[in-house]
Amino acid sequence: MALNASLRSTWNLSALRRLAQRGFSTAAVQRMATEKPPNPKTFKIYRWNPDSPTEEPRMQEYKLDLSQTGPMVLDALIKIKNEVDPTLTFRRSCREGICGSCAMNIDGKNTLACITHIPKEEPSKDMLIYPLPHMYVVKDLVPDMTYFYKQYASIKPWLQRKDAPEANKEILQSPEERKKLDGLYECILCACCSTACPSYWWNQDVYLGPSVLLQAYRWMADSRDQHLQERLSQMENAFSVYRCHTIMNCTRTCPKHLNPGYAIAQIKLLMTKN
Amino acid sequence: MGTRRLSGLQKDVLRLYRDCLRAIKTKPEETQHRFRAFARQEFEKNIVSVKRTDVRAIEYMLRVGRRRMEQYMSPNVRDISFI
Repeated sequence: MALNASLRSTWNLSALRRLAQRGFSTAAVQRMATEKPPNPKTFKIYRWNPDSPTEEPRMQEYKLDLSQTGPMVLDALIKIKNEVDPTLTFRRSCREGICGSCAMNIDGKNTLACITHIPKEEPSKDMLIYPLPHMYVVKDLVPDMTYFYKQYASIKPWLQRKDAPEANKEILQSPEERKKLDGLYECILCACCSTACPSYWWNQDVYLGPSVLLQAYRWMADSRDQHLQERLSQMENAFSVYRCHTIMNCTRTCPKHLNPGYAIAQIKLLMTKN
Repeated sequence: MGTRRLSGLQKDVLRLYRDCLRAIKTKPEETQHRFRAFARQEFEKNIVSVKRTDVRAIEYMLRVGRRRMEQYMSPNVRDISFI
């Protein structure tokens, strides 16, 4: 704390000295902070309104001044909704990449709008924003996740025990066993990986998709879970797991930098072992 | 004789309507006529506004219709009122 304060004061002192040398008044400094040079950028956003289903979906253009906008794509979307077009519809909640609501296709990549920077280096290039690919659209950027959540429920994502623990006793886990869950429990189920997977595009009805399979492996790898055999036998068919052809789009696109491809490989390994 | 050949999409729409009628049978008898009128009205709403070749719009309405039917199928829904 003391170190922090001293650092801050030295920064302030040197900064002030520099400003004094240049002959800036504080008012001028404040004006500089608010009046950045204008930096226009065009956003092309997918629009579709369910109230008029006979109308084709279209791309709508919005021009924003990036000097007056926050750094993230979600900031731009919120600015458009607040100031330009209140009919623009999208999901958002935490704005820090932990809820997974704002998953969408930005410049061709499935990612979270809240943790994606608006690229500053090519301001002339338009930014393209679509909903998650190959999902039914509810409105504008909002995809219908009903089936995705049904698939998630089908793997029974909770702790299943054959014997109940003793009364008032926890089920203990060693640090090594806990370590197996790292890289699995961080998944926020944003569906970026599933909707980036060609196998999932063509076989959504039978193939579970990387995101749900990563969760399935999360419960298989848990030392406290006792239903490994049941979980594996549920996957024992040509589609649930084996539609994964290790295309690895999932790992490439994951906004949380997890590796669903590896988790699916681990499931396949468990299936051959058991 | 005299029967029209229906397209797959037309069959899908009829199947949804038939499923609705079947689901209504599970409702209390005194409210069934209201459910039936409601289902019919929902289908008739779009007959004029949507062209029969507009496959994309009809498929969308089928999905929405099926989801709404599943919601109304809950045994908690015992009666319905509509304009």
